[in-house]
Amino acid sequence: MNLDFSFLGPDVVANFILKGLAFSAQLTLIATLGGILLGTLLALMRLSGNQWLAAVAAAYVNTLRSIPLVMVILWFFLLIPLIIGRTMGAELSAIITFTVFEAAYFSEIMRAGIQSVPKGQVNAGYALGLTYPQCMQLIVLPQAFRNMLPVLLTQTIVLFQDTSLVYAIGAYDLLKGFEVAGKNFNRPIETYLVAAGVYFAICFSLSLLVRQLQKKIRIIR
Amino acid sequence: MNNTWQWQIFLKDNGGGQTYLNWLMSAWGWTLSVALCAWVVALLLGSLVGVLRTTPSKWLTLCGDIWTEVFRNVPLLVQIFLWYFVVPAVFPLFSRVPSFVLVVLALGFFTSARIAEQVKAGIQALPAGQRMAGLAMGLTLPQTYRYILLPVAFRIVIPPLTSEAMNIIKNSSVAFAVSISELTMFAMQAQEETSRGVEIYLAVTGLYFISAFAINRAAIFVEHRVQVPGMAGAGK
Repeated sequence: MNLDFSFLGPDVVANFILKGLAFSAQLTLIATLGGILLGTLLALMRLSGNQWLAAVAAAYVNTLRSIPLVMVILWFFLLIPLIIGRTMGAELSAIITFTVFEAAYFSEIMRAGIQSVPKGQVNAGYALGLTYPQCMQLIVLPQAFRNMLPVLLTQTIVLFQDTSLVYAIGAYDLLKGFEVAGKNFNRPIETYLVAAGVYFAICFSLSLLVRQLQKKIRIIR
Repeated sequence: MNNTWQWQIFLKDNGGGQTYLNWLMSAWGWTLSVALCAWVVALLLGSLVGVLRTTPSKWLTLCGDIWTEVFRNVPLLVQIFLWYFVVPAVFPLFSRVPSFVLVVLALGFFTSARIAEQVKAGIQALPAGQRMAGLAMGLTLPQTYRYILLPVAFRIVIPPLTSEAMNIIKNSSVAFAVSISELTMFAMQAQEETSRGVEIYLAVTGLYFISAFAINRAAIFVEHRVQVPGMAGAGK
């Protein structure tokens, strides 16, 4: 067996790979920001003390966390067109799916983060006359974010790896880019090897960064 | 949305001499077989790697660390493609191995990195005196692991291993990519053939729920059976 990587020139990378990487990055970014936003809301609902709000949030989180992501991707790809009455591109469908799905995981992280803030902080806020939204926004959430930053970033790395699963609905992501290039040049083995290398390089360097950050935060505390 | 439910779709013949219900059940069987076999691979490899990462030897620790980083930082789908396309090309012996085995190995190796992490954490959670006491008593290092460290460490890691076992059921869905006829593959094909996606997906999702729930119950049972009163990892 002889491997030949020579076909992976600059124009092939630009035409096939970067296009896919751009979508994977976009999907990761939007789903992370949207997921944290929605997840924080769910965490606040769960800790609100109102049992109906808490039950709705718990049902949302537990349901999504017990279904395989591939099935969730398929569900949304099937249901969104049925609900809005027209078809939707795989890429947009993937973005909606990942935001909704990751919110369930981010919400569990944010819940732990909010609970990691000492109760005295909340009481002090109320004693100063802050309202609930003010107390959350000014005192609890900034500390919760800070405490949970390494975990949130680790989840983002997992999210980036999971974006490869949009394969199920044929969206054009990083993996798809490699696959199409491999098919075009009849070099599937080389492209899958390079794909694995690229994913590893990205995820491993991000996880090293997270570890650095973890150390830094620990010293400041 | 859809006008009416059509659950009778499951009694229809799929053109291959079996009803969709039969097909669904055999797909469930494939999902459980993939998950179970991969779990055995992952548990054996993961425990071994986890132990290596806590040994005093720098080289063994490094090997374990590299193993964990490699299998944790490449997406499962890419790993499955590597096993399916690259491994048989590099090792011709693997070209005769059925794709079921390749998927089991892919999922098993992928999960082993996560289990190694848990096992390592479990061993490190034990007081350092346990290891020293074992060695001071004249036990060899393997004996210290076998009789002193691992029995307690495994009890500590049962809860995180349970969630890994539930993850492996969920992750087995990625096997659709190499046409293993498990639940997700069934869902995609049956949806295409019948256009009754909602009924099909509901049934498949329900079966994933049941599988995960059963594992959860089984793990609680095991946890109660093996707990040693008054020892680390016993009860609440």
